[in-house]
Amino acid sequence: MKIGVLALQGDFAEHLAILTQLGADAVAVRLPDDLTGLDGLIIPGGESTTIARLLHRWELIEPIRTHVHNGMAVWGTCAGAILLANDPGDLDREGLQLMDITIERNAFGRQVDSFEADLSVPSFGGKAYHCVFIRAPVISSVGPNADVLAHLDDGTVVAAKQGHMLATVFHPELTGDTRFHHMFLAMAAGNVVPIDIARGARPA
Amino acid sequence: MSSQDGNGTSKAGETGTWQVKSGLAQMLKGGVIMDVVTPEQAKIAQEAGACAVMALERVPADIRSDGGVARMSDPDIITRIIDTVTIPVMAKCRIGHFVESQVLQALGVDYIDESEVLTPADERHHVNKRDFSVPFVCGCRDLGEALRRIGEGAAMIRTKGEAGTGNIVEAVRHMRSVWDGIRKLQAMPEEQLMTEAKELGAPYELVRETRTLGRLPVVNFAAGGVATPADAALMMQLGADGVFVGSGIFKSSDPARMAHAIVQSVTHFEDPQILADVSKGLGEAMRGLELSQIPEEELLAKRGW
Repeated sequence: MKIGVLALQGDFAEHLAILTQLGADAVAVRLPDDLTGLDGLIIPGGESTTIARLLHRWELIEPIRTHVHNGMAVWGTCAGAILLANDPGDLDREGLQLMDITIERNAFGRQVDSFEADLSVPSFGGKAYHCVFIRAPVISSVGPNADVLAHLDDGTVVAAKQGHMLATVFHPELTGDTRFHHMFLAMAAGNVVPIDIARGARPA
Repeated sequence: MSSQDGNGTSKAGETGTWQVKSGLAQMLKGGVIMDVVTPEQAKIAQEAGACAVMALERVPADIRSDGGVARMSDPDIITRIIDTVTIPVMAKCRIGHFVESQVLQALGVDYIDESEVLTPADERHHVNKRDFSVPFVCGCRDLGEALRRIGEGAAMIRTKGEAGTGNIVEAVRHMRSVWDGIRKLQAMPEEQLMTEAKELGAPYELVRETRTLGRLPVVNFAAGGVATPADAALMMQLGADGVFVGSGIFKSSDPARMAHAIVQSVTHFEDPQILADVSKGLGEAMRGLELSQIPEEELLAKRGW
């Protein structure tokens, strides 16, 4: 299976290393031609403001949309989640607008407010998923076409899924727990990945 | 390294951990961090695609020509820059000046650069960076200096180069020196590591970790002398994770274009055709300084212990 990682800016090398470790054919994507033949694309963490400009500069917006519409799976982590959202909050460029979610950028504050926490992800069963949130956004609302995958104790949505598209506002590429990468590889392979939280069933 | 890194808690989770400090540096990789002295310059930098800005009162070239004691910037300038951009904002404190660090943390900067570009406040000791929840970046000339700073809690390293010169030669020297040190560790039998740590003046555990990883344990940017897109791509090909550009942007004839071109060159650092295209029509790069004509006592890279 061939998985691309958008390598314009950010922590793409971390994703590439995990994908290789899991046996995928992992390639860096910097130009539209690099998208050819991909089963999936990861948009990594980094600065969403910077990556958005580079997506436009290198004319990647439309080709990525087209590939996703034609079945390429896509996963955005942190900055990547912002770029996938239909409503990317105060981002000053048009993003990819692929997922029915609304983002609030830097929702927890500045760097001193960045944090680590254990997350309960129903799709993964019992064991908590340890996450790192770095100047992280949140998914402030989830539209009818997307499903909540995980939330913090206070109900803040931090992961969502819509068909073959996945958004996480934290960084599974930093913490060594590969369950999200496994999930994405299953999505890229065209497998149905169960969602254990019913749509709209967020706790108050 | 957790438990001693300025940790705290918020209602969401644990803050100030080694993971969140070194993690922000990982998010900056493949990017360009630009020195700015006004909110207007910060806006130009962000518009051009900078992944962060360094808020300063004067760029290094001006610090060099003005002389006198160079201190932390006016908090008012830093605050106004923080309020202007959405990308991370860094600011510099003097080497060893832990109260300037406290002030910068209180202002809400996202990274502190304990920098040789400012006049050192302590001639023997650096800031104990583990005391802080804000992360620090520090300069180095070689592997030993890099690992000493990481030992003190720096979550990001930059090779020093010679700031404010627009001359890449020292940046190249320092980046090559760091990698030479790492390759030497990797070629060495394990029983030689303790003596090597002693000779490097570096913590043994970090020496071991570096040998295992085959790279520094934290993100390493290049700094000090980058003036063109080709300079930036050179540092990336030599193994930098990203690039700081100080005077090179706002001392060039067309800062917005130069900034934009350097951002493209860091993304496409291995593609000479793109490097050629983005290097066209940029106007004049900053006027550089020949290193041999700088008096020994005015060299900034020597500061740091």
